[in-house]
Amino acid sequence: MRNSHTRVHRRAHQTYKHQFDVCYLLTKNCCILIVESMNNIEHREFNNGEGRQFNKEAEEEEEEDEDEGNGRGLDAWERAYADERSWESLQEDESGLLRPIDNKTLYHAQYRRRLRSLSSTASAPRIQKGLIRYLYIVIDLSKAAAEMDFRPSRMAVIAKQTEAFIREFFDQNPLSQIGLVIIRDGIAQCLTDLGGSPESHIKALMGKLECSGDSSLQNALDLVHDYLNQNPSYGHREVLILYSALSTCDPGDIMETIQKCKKSKIRCSVIGVSAEMFICKHLCQETGGSYSVALDEPHLKELVMEHAPPPPAIAEFAIANLIKMGFPQRAAEGVISICSCHKEAKVGGGYTCPRCKARVCELPTECRICGLTLVSSPHLARSYHHLFPITPFDDVSPSILNNPHQRLPKNCFGCQESLLNPGNKPSIRVACPKCKQHFCLDCDIYIHESLHNCPGCESLRHSKSDSDT
Amino acid sequence: MLLFLVIFDSVIADDVSLLMVLVDTNPFFWSTTNNALSFSKFLSHVLAFLNSTLLLNQLNQVVVIATGFNSCDYVYDSSSNSVAPNQRTERLLQKLEEFVIKDEQLSKEESADGIGSSLLSGSLSMALCYIQRVFRSGPLHPQPRILCLHGSPDGPQQYVAIMNAIFSAQRSMVPIDSCVIGAQHSAFLQQASYITGGVYLKPQQLDGLFQYLATVFATDLHSRNFLQLPKPVGVDFRASCFCHKNTIDMGYICSVCLSIFCKHHKKCSTCGSVFGQAQTNAPSTSKQKRKSPDT
Repeated sequence: MRNSHTRVHRRAHQTYKHQFDVCYLLTKNCCILIVESMNNIEHREFNNGEGRQFNKEAEEEEEEDEDEGNGRGLDAWERAYADERSWESLQEDESGLLRPIDNKTLYHAQYRRRLRSLSSTASAPRIQKGLIRYLYIVIDLSKAAAEMDFRPSRMAVIAKQTEAFIREFFDQNPLSQIGLVIIRDGIAQCLTDLGGSPESHIKALMGKLECSGDSSLQNALDLVHDYLNQNPSYGHREVLILYSALSTCDPGDIMETIQKCKKSKIRCSVIGVSAEMFICKHLCQETGGSYSVALDEPHLKELVMEHAPPPPAIAEFAIANLIKMGFPQRAAEGVISICSCHKEAKVGGGYTCPRCKARVCELPTECRICGLTLVSSPHLARSYHHLFPITPFDDVSPSILNNPHQRLPKNCFGCQESLLNPGNKPSIRVACPKCKQHFCLDCDIYIHESLHNCPGCESLRHSKSDSDT
Repeated sequence: MLLFLVIFDSVIADDVSLLMVLVDTNPFFWSTTNNALSFSKFLSHVLAFLNSTLLLNQLNQVVVIATGFNSCDYVYDSSSNSVAPNQRTERLLQKLEEFVIKDEQLSKEESADGIGSSLLSGSLSMALCYIQRVFRSGPLHPQPRILCLHGSPDGPQQYVAIMNAIFSAQRSMVPIDSCVIGAQHSAFLQQASYITGGVYLKPQQLDGLFQYLATVFATDLHSRNFLQLPKPVGVDFRASCFCHKNTIDMGYICSVCLSIFCKHHKKCSTCGSVFGQAQTNAPSTSKQKRKSPDT
């Protein structure tokens, strides 16, 4: 529907067509835009962002150029409305008035759904997660990544999200490692080896941001397979592919490569930024990964970040094992020694490997000399909340809220924010099933996404001893 | 005019503080006779400190949370309008008294085994929730920090909860300062201050507690950069094994649940996974060999 609409619009710029637009828009409640499109009826260029995402055929290329010409005719303030699609943040209320969408409750509802789905998968008595992950991020830098349907370009947006992802990943999985692979000119190239330092990955990625040529899924998978196969079997082997192209240019049979990955228990996930591709879907289904296509930048961010929390441990994917690790002590201040990671002489700081006494600069890492994994106890503690998650809070039902005889807490237990609406009526709230304290929606999100403690349960001694037994 | 206000606001925004004070009210700690400082003396030091913090900047805000033995609660919030400034002290003491009485009523069993730990994890979590609310209030919020005035020994059963709170504070760039008034160092608070970039201090002379508080903990975060504050002492990040509670240099870690053991086991006692062969370091050393020619 919208596709045909934009095409009609692009072909002819006559006034009556615009009036058609106006009628069409009225039904969609886009009043802000209408006012503008009345004023600037001559050079209204409507909705090119969405149009491009749906029109991927070659014949549209020429029209893209035409669009650029039109776009220059727009004033900056007009473009702000057209690009940000401000009409989408409006909704109609029961009396027919336009109101901004109440994002808070919407966002909260979304979050609750996510939380539910997470807790339902983790219903097993003992939660087992793949806390030690070896993840390769494959970034498609073929010429499709230069497309500008994401602003300023797909490549820039993907790089930005990858950077955020790498930081979040190491925050959540301190014992895991990431490697970067890029596809350019049909060749997969390893940018960084598996490693635990976010800065080195981000630096390497930002230095290589240019795109050209075709994309090849098979080459990338072959390369990653060779690298991941050498890793110990207790770790979870994963690949996350950020794919821009709509084709793959392979030297051989990709199905064989997919089977090879399946055999090596590599979990492949793909996030597309253009349209769904069968081969990507097939790859993800075969290897147990997830496939998704991003609609816009916030959606892409959401999809990428979904890969940051550790996946549930699957016994056949990774064999449980005891791993030998060292807990190095901080080296004495003021002592000069050569660190084994940068091969530079440094004064003070650093940690000493307990087995071979080599100096390393930061933790967690793997000793360069003897190969011992070096961690500190906070790194382990950082992962414990995945194993001891707090229960989702329950919605307090409206019947309890509206019951005048029920004495409800006036303030959120966590942040003391008032839980009363302006009319002194109790507002929406959630309650912890264990300690029965009431919380506001913002605290609910903060507690489950960042804090991982229930303030109510933590500040009650007897409930604590109950939960321990 | 409005522009002036905006500029004025943004200039002062970096030295306006929100000070969350967590006061340890554990009766088992305060009743120990070998204490150099009684609870009432301690309170007079703290009240003077709170008043001086509020006087340092007109927009400074102080919130006091009591960390009890059986519960935690907000005791005082300088931003709530119900309290007139000249009644601040009375109001705070009154609420604190109510809290201590309520806390006592909640206690069921008599803990005979020495001083019990107070519920630091609860008050830390509450303070962080409050700080998040301040962050939500708009771009011109005061700079928050947490000050723990703590004396009770650490409770090992709170380890995971306290570590969770520490990491959440680190993520939102909230420093946790700690002033330990007990006899022993607190390993939890040492880690908290080290990880979040706060100050850890164990005053030598408890008679002069106000002096310590005023010189070390009263300054806002921006001015801290220009001060010579106590250097973080070495924090021992070595782990202790789950089986014998020994502090170890090298150990075995379950790949599924990250439990720490000092020697090789057949089965994990925490998560029940059965282990295969002991991991030799062969794969990683071969990887090293493979890597080294490349670099």
